[in-house]
Amino acid sequence: MRSPVDGGNTVVGGVYLSVARGAFRRYSTYRAATVAGTVTNSVFGVILASTMLALWRARPGLGGYDAAQAVTYTWISQALLATVAVWGGGFQDDLQARFRSGDIAVDLYRPVDFQGWWLAADLGRAAFQLVTRGALPVLVGAALFDLALPGSPLVWAEFLLAVVLAVVVSFGLRFLASLTGFWLHESEGVRAVMTVVSMFFSGMLLPLALFPGLLGELARALPFSAMVQLPADVLLRRRTGTGLLALYGFQLGWAAALLALGRAGQALAVRRVVVQGG
Amino acid sequence: MVEPDGPAARAGWAVRSWWLIAGMWIRSTMAYRASFALSLAANTLVTFLDFAVLLLMFAHTRQLAGWTLAETGFLYGTSSAALGAANVLVGSVGGLGERVRSGSLDTMLIRPAPALAQLAAERFSLRRLGRLLQALAVLGWSLTALDVHWTWDRVLMVPVLLLCGTLIFCALFIGCSCVQFWWGEAAELQNSLTYGGATLLQYPPTVFARELVAGTVFGVPLAFVNWLPALHVLGRPDPLGLPAAFRFASPLAAALCLLAAGLAWRTGLRAYRSTGS
Repeated sequence: MRSPVDGGNTVVGGVYLSVARGAFRRYSTYRAATVAGTVTNSVFGVILASTMLALWRARPGLGGYDAAQAVTYTWISQALLATVAVWGGGFQDDLQARFRSGDIAVDLYRPVDFQGWWLAADLGRAAFQLVTRGALPVLVGAALFDLALPGSPLVWAEFLLAVVLAVVVSFGLRFLASLTGFWLHESEGVRAVMTVVSMFFSGMLLPLALFPGLLGELARALPFSAMVQLPADVLLRRRTGTGLLALYGFQLGWAAALLALGRAGQALAVRRVVVQGG
Repeated sequence: MVEPDGPAARAGWAVRSWWLIAGMWIRSTMAYRASFALSLAANTLVTFLDFAVLLLMFAHTRQLAGWTLAETGFLYGTSSAALGAANVLVGSVGGLGERVRSGSLDTMLIRPAPALAQLAAERFSLRRLGRLLQALAVLGWSLTALDVHWTWDRVLMVPVLLLCGTLIFCALFIGCSCVQFWWGEAAELQNSLTYGGATLLQYPPTVFARELVAGTVFGVPLAFVNWLPALHVLGRPDPLGLPAAFRFASPLAAALCLLAAGLAWRTGLRAYRSTGS
């Protein structure tokens, strides 16, 4: 028997592709959960879009957005919530369960790269959630509010690329949070802190343009902004031309840095792995 | 073990069961102290960041749909405190679906304690107090910042509002979770009414479309948690122009909600068929 690693890059690539496909299919079996999630995103979308409208009625043109753009921003952020896993979760849930059961030791001995395996699975999950919990709430939003969505397919393609990079950045952050499980045995607390920070600094709750002074600068420099604010910027055409390239560069830079950090952390963790359970 | 007789004894037994199980879970979370401290801090921060968003909005405007920051803070504090208290008491019922799927609800049904009390205390965690504490702090601040003529009926209204609001959210947690008897994975549906409802009530009713506000009075009775009584406390006109009696009807609404939740629970339990595993 040859292990997939011996088989060269094509086979390894095929493994990751089938892992991603498997994750996509797995999430698609949770039908009731998907419907419930889509409803929840839509409910929150209506509430938050209404508050945005109230704010923009008091302050038209705030942060360089008109009212329709501000409302659109809200719906895009709702669409990205599950896709980019701003709230945490996705592969993290599986990984956490494997820490608890001790199965994590088996994962480390698989002939496929540990980090790559989970990244592929998370991309598959994100693809499914972009289609369901991403697109459907935006349709609800478009039915109830005046949205400023672009007509050009090119802008949508640019947006899609930004979303893929957003998922990788988010994965990098969540992977680091999960790695603490090797030391803490329970990464629930770290995960909870991460949720708070991502919700706030990703632009999920409010466009980062509304953050004052130093707080705003900090928010725009942190990797979290790559998760919601930047894809929304692309769709609302706030960044075009070289500005768009700089945006992708920012996302790529953080993605590479976080993945490298995760890899280093993983190497450390493997050396001192303590397996729980029998 | 002998089942206690009479409704009062049964209720006492349910409360005692809840307390015993919650205590067990508290001891179990204390096994991972660092993780517990972090999640309590995070839980407190979650609520604070919610409020920070309000502060950021009011950094750009003095009034949101005609309401000041102090008035909005009163709505925020009451809504979040009621949700927080309900979450501490019965928030765990959302895990019902998983128990239905795995068949482990059976274990609860054969134990000599009420299944609802067991389920409500399941995985109980003290970190949930974070939300409640934060909300009460904001409420306390808003009470000092509000420009309200405090008559005795307004003063009395605040604790009554908190109690009724908590009961309404408890009923929503329990009632919505019953959907999972039939639809095991729909746990998140409950979030849209509980957490979504609480978020809705954090903002002035004038922010939202009239139809939506009417829905919280005559549909899912969220408006009775804080919007309607707050109109009396803050001396504000009703955007829907309802009779003044509605502002005092929260206890009635809470009682009806609990009744409906109880019926939903009994219906669900009767329809429950074990997976047999």
